[in-house]
Amino acid sequence: MKQSEFTQGLTRGLPVGMGYFSVSFGFGAMAAAQGVRAWDAALISVSNLTSAGQFAGLTLIVAAAGLWELVLTTLVINSRYALMSLALSQRMGRDIGVLSRLAIAFINTDEIFALAMSRHEKLTFPYLMGLGALPMVGWTAGTLLGALAGEILPVAIRGALGVMLYGMFIAIVVPAARREKQVLAASLLALGLSALFAWVPALKQVSPGISIVVCTVAAAGLCAWLHPIHEEAAV
Amino acid sequence: MSIYAYIFTMALTTYLIRVLPMTIFRKPIRSQFLRSFLYYVPYACLSAMTFPAILTSTASIVSGAAALVVAVVLAYRGKSLIVVALSSSAAVLVVEQILKFFL
Repeated sequence: MKQSEFTQGLTRGLPVGMGYFSVSFGFGAMAAAQGVRAWDAALISVSNLTSAGQFAGLTLIVAAAGLWELVLTTLVINSRYALMSLALSQRMGRDIGVLSRLAIAFINTDEIFALAMSRHEKLTFPYLMGLGALPMVGWTAGTLLGALAGEILPVAIRGALGVMLYGMFIAIVVPAARREKQVLAASLLALGLSALFAWVPALKQVSPGISIVVCTVAAAGLCAWLHPIHEEAAV
Repeated sequence: MSIYAYIFTMALTTYLIRVLPMTIFRKPIRSQFLRSFLYYVPYACLSAMTFPAILTSTASIVSGAAALVVAVVLAYRGKSLIVVALSSSAAVLVVEQILKFFL
């Protein structure tokens, strides 16, 4: 029996959903450690569905930063989604209408984008919804359970769980930096700048959002200027 | 300010970034600089967010450093995302247990 488009999407999305569950458990534990309530942490995950953006947002919420700073930081960190949405939009073609696109845009994360683009058959609305369903459930449920666990677990275990999120970031950057020297350069430049913001007394007063924005824009901008990416490589 | 104001602002900004290129601006980005910039952004921002914050995210800077080293080595060897994340977390627990004997 041939699987429906939606079921095919679900099957393809299952491993991503499991991966999201474990990583968002770390996000939830970290949010709880910083005093965010479990349901609020889950609300952040279900409404944002983004790792780095949420994590930076959490830092800003805890620091009681201004909303404009939150907007600016979110724009910079999540700017890559604009490119992914453009690419996915062109791949979908004209058969998928505006209403369907409003829903598809919501679930366009790095991993779902990669899966969608790698499908050989035509992309359909039910397939894409199936693809996004389990990652969304995994991401939200993982956050909620991580935050609930974080509220009862001792501090040492909370710290260890929170580190998982950094582990995931490292697992994304290091293999790419190993393959491409330009990515390594961008990464080292950004973390060098970030260390300056953390350790140089005069720069310590700069709020976390602005520091992330400056490090990201400076490192990515300099590398884009010195080593432009050729078409095939850039998404 | 209420946490819901933050969550709503963050969610709306993220959604607009995702939805506008799919519905209104549907032309490909031609500028090579802009395409390259967007290509580098995730690596630059993840690096800046991870270092040096990972060092101070646990009970001791030693266990934070252990998490960093374990994650970088395993990721370099091509281990999966989950293995890298869980191992760095385990490194923190092990190192903090060892530290208890000395402190």
